[in-house]
Order: sequence, then C-alpha cells, then structure tokens
Amino acid sequence: MAGGAASGGSTQGDTYKEARNWLLLPAWVTLSILVLLPVLLMLVYSFLTKEFRGGVIWEFSLGAYDQFFFDRGLFGDEPPKLEWTYITIFWRSIWQAGLATILSLLIGFPTAYYIATRSEKVRPLWVFLITIPYWVNLLIRTVSMRFMLREEGPINNALVWSGLADSPIQMINTNFAVQIGLFYSYLPFMVLPIYAAVERYNFSLSEAASDLYASKWTTLRRIVLPSVRPGVVAGCILVFVPSMGAFLAPDLLGGAKNFMIGSLIEEQFKGNAGNWPFGAAASMILLSLVLIILTLYARQQARANKAGA
Amino acid sequence: MAARKFDVRAYPGFAYITALCLLILYVPLMVVSVYSFNSSESIVVWEGFSTRWYADVFVGSESAKFKVAARNSFFIAVIAATVATTIATFAATAMIRGGKFRLRALSFGLISLPLMVPEIVTAVATLIFFSSIGFERGILTILLAHIAFCIPFAYLPISARMQGIEDTYEQAAMDLYATKRQAFTKILLPLMMPGIISGFLLAFIISLDDFIITNFVKGAGVETLPTAIFGAVKQGIKPNIMAISTMLLAFSIVMVTISYFVSKSGENK
Repeated sequence: MAGGAASGGSTQGDTYKEARNWLLLPAWVTLSILVLLPVLLMLVYSFLTKEFRGGVIWEFSLGAYDQFFFDRGLFGDEPPKLEWTYITIFWRSIWQAGLATILSLLIGFPTAYYIATRSEKVRPLWVFLITIPYWVNLLIRTVSMRFMLREEGPINNALVWSGLADSPIQMINTNFAVQIGLFYSYLPFMVLPIYAAVERYNFSLSEAASDLYASKWTTLRRIVLPSVRPGVVAGCILVFVPSMGAFLAPDLLGGAKNFMIGSLIEEQFKGNAGNWPFGAAASMILLSLVLIILTLYARQQARANKAGA
Repeated sequence: MAARKFDVRAYPGFAYITALCLLILYVPLMVVSVYSFNSSESIVVWEGFSTRWYADVFVGSESAKFKVAARNSFFIAVIAATVATTIATFAATAMIRGGKFRLRALSFGLISLPLMVPEIVTAVATLIFFSSIGFERGILTILLAHIAFCIPFAYLPISARMQGIEDTYEQAAMDLYATKRQAFTKILLPLMMPGIISGFLLAFIISLDDFIITNFVKGAGVETLPTAIFGAVKQGIKPNIMAISTMLLAFSIVMVTISYFVSKSGENK
C-alpha cells in the first residue's frame, strides 16, 4: 500500500510461468467472491429501497443519497434543503483524522529520523519496538487509552497530584479523546514509511548544506524534508485513511456526541433502526473519498518516479 | 574531510521525542497490564498484587462465556491463517516466479484490496453479500471473511522472502532432473519457510484480533474474544477484562516476536 514499490514485488525468474494461472486461481476466486463482489453489491444496495427492519426491497431508489445530502421535511414533500447532520459527521471525521495525522507527524517524524540515524545493527530492533504495538489488538489498545483518560485514571491522578490541575479534567467522551485515540492507534503507520525514506536519504547532502553555512534547521527544512517527502506523504495517508473510517476510537473514547462516519455506518446495520441502503450509501461515500486520496497519491508517486528516472 | 565540530545528522530534541513516542505507545499497555494484577474490586485504587482476576477469567462467573469465545477465536484464527497462507504462498509463487504477465498489476491490486478498502466498508460489504445470498451468519461467515482479509497480510512477508531467493536454486535442481513440482516442494518451499511462517503468524494475529469485520458478520449469540471483550467493556471496564486483555496482549507480542526472529534467522542463511 505504501511506497512506490507497490506492485507486488519485482519478478525473480519465471520457473513457474506455465502454472501461473493455476497458482493465482485460489487468490482470484477468494478475493473476487469475498471482497470485490461484496463491494460491488454494496454499491447496488446503496441504490435500493430500504425495508423497515433491516434489509432492502429490490427497487431502484436514490433515497439513500438523497437522505444523506438533503432534508425534505418530515413528510418528504417540502422543497429540498441541504441536510447538515450527515455532512457534519463526515466533516468531523475528516477533521478528527486530520488532527490525528498532524499529531502523528509531529511525533512520528523526529522518531523515524532518530531511528534511521542509529547504527545499522540496532535499527531493526528499533523498528521492531515501533511495530509491536501495531500487532496488539486495536480494541485492547483503545480500551487501555480509555482507562488512561478516565476521570479517575492515571493521567488525571498525575495532573492533580502534581498540582498542574486542581480537579480532574474531563477528557473521556470529548473530541480530544478521539484525536488522542486515533493518534495512538495509527502512530506506528506514520513512523515506518518515514523511517524507510530517511534510511535511503543520502546524508552527504546534509553535509554539503552544512559546508555552505546552512543552519541545521534550514538543512532539515530545505534539504532533508523535500528528499523524504514521499515517505511523509505515505505516512500521512496510512494514518489519515484508517482514522477517517475508524469505529473503535470514536465509539469507546468519544461517547455519543462525537459521532464519526464509522459509528454512523455501524448504526445502520447493527442497530434496530437499521437502514441498509443508507448505510451502504455512507460506506460508498467513505470508500470514494479514500479511493480519491489513493488515486491522487498514486498519480503523484508516478510523477515523482518519472522525474527521478 | 575535516572533522566537524558537530554531527550534521543529529538534531537536538529528536531523541527526547523518540523516547516520548515509545512512552506513548507502551505506557497505556503497561498500565493496563499492571492493573490487571490489582487485588481490588475497583479499577480505581491499587490495593496490592494479586492474580485473582486471572483466576476469575478461568473459573469465575463469566468464565464459560470467555472460554467459548476463546475457543471460537482460536479455531477461526488457525483455519483462516492456514488457508490464507496457502493461498498467499501459491499467489506469491505466481507473482514472483511467473515472469512478466499482463494481469500481474491487476492481480496485485486484487490481493491488496482488503488493505485499501477501509475495514468498516469491507465489513458492511461482506454482511450485505452474505445476507443477499441467504447465507446464515455464524462461525462460518466469520471464517470466510477472515480468510479473505488475511490474504494480503500473509502475502507480503512471503513475497518479500521469495524475492530474496534467486531462481538459480530451482534451476540447479531441475538441471539435475528434478521435476518442477519437486523443485518447488524440495527446494523453493524450504527456502521460503521463514517467510511462510512469518506470514502465517501475522495472518493468525490479524484474525485473532479482528473486531470490526467479525462484529458485522457474526450471527447473534456467536462471540469471539474481541467481540466478547467489546460487549463487556460497554458495561464498564472491569478487572477481569483487563486480565483477559493482558493475556491476549502478551500472546500477540510473543507471536510477533517469534515471527520477527524467524524471518531474521532466514536472512542469515
């Protein structure tokens, strides 16, 4: 997903050229039936009519998208006005994901840079340390963040004990908690691609800049950052995209007032007031947004490769 | 080159931020692990060390529920990871040892599709798919969804490993009259083993830890460990949940560590 080498790896010989299609068949069949077909079916469902107790009626309707964007009054006969409820939820998701991405970048970039400038022997160990939390159950990590941010949790205890706050600060069930949760969930995704980029960076460029009397920070801003930009962009995408569709962090840390797209979608399928076409439409809108971001990224990547070649 | 008064590579403060980064990543997990050994009923005050909540998980009032959930989770994870790893191994062989072919980019797009589509969208799509063909939701639907979702996670380490193995080994075997099948099972497969094991372990953890997809495609009353934990947390964080979480956390860390060392040991061969 990240990086320009996203083509499945380069080929290494053609020993099994004849068996190729047979070898790929299980993957094709499984993924086409269980991922690709369902996504297409979801697109179809988003244009169907809702049935009141979950499920759909097979009748074409733009109702789901209409409900998302327009308000036609209680009986649906008033002139359409823009419906802000869902647009606000989408906007909040983008905003929260954006803040989490910026926070991850502020912590992740220096970390990645620091790790990439360690000796070659200890680098894999550092990377491993950063990776471990990613493999720990996201649910458990979110629960532990909830535990930390609670009113009587360790952070508040420390704040009160040290005198930084007079009384516990309300952190749980706020937008702030969701941002922290998203940041915490996807921070390793920011560090790894930036690390890979800095590791490839030619440090004699920094030396040259320094010889020409550039200050350290000028060198960082004008020389290092432009060179490792692809890694930074990849990291930002890897944090932003899953943050936007996140369900656990808003649900467990944000409470009912800080709804994001993930919760909106979940409600349509798990709740009693399920509206499947609407849920499918919201999923389609989320998916389109993600595909637009990934396409822009791929195009920029291709242009960068061309320029580099 | 003249010796510099300072290291151009080093930036002041970066080391502190790195330390901060590691603290942020690890402190919440450590705090929960420590509190899982609290002897108190309440999660607020520390009353001394005890393993009573671990005992509670195994013999307490909710233990039956957790046992079933754990059995489901492990059953699904073992089968999903095995099937996904097998599919991924074949696919990697075709992709890395199949020369250049027209459908290659498309095939890779399909393999990495579960990584590009947001998980909640995959979950919704899978639910709609099963429901539209009238497939009753239960363990089997979870299993099928997990197999598909795990394929890219198994594929990446396997294909990375295979890229590092030159095809001269199989060529040599075939020069000595090994069939292609023999060259695959006797030469290529053993050489790929570190990648396959590490792919299997990653797929296993992904399946074991998955909440979002499972939550959508599980039938009523069917629980895996993450959905059982989520259900319990909704009622408030209780100490026995912290004990289960700590065990699951330790298990994942052990698996990832094994995977790390297996793939590392492969590099030195």
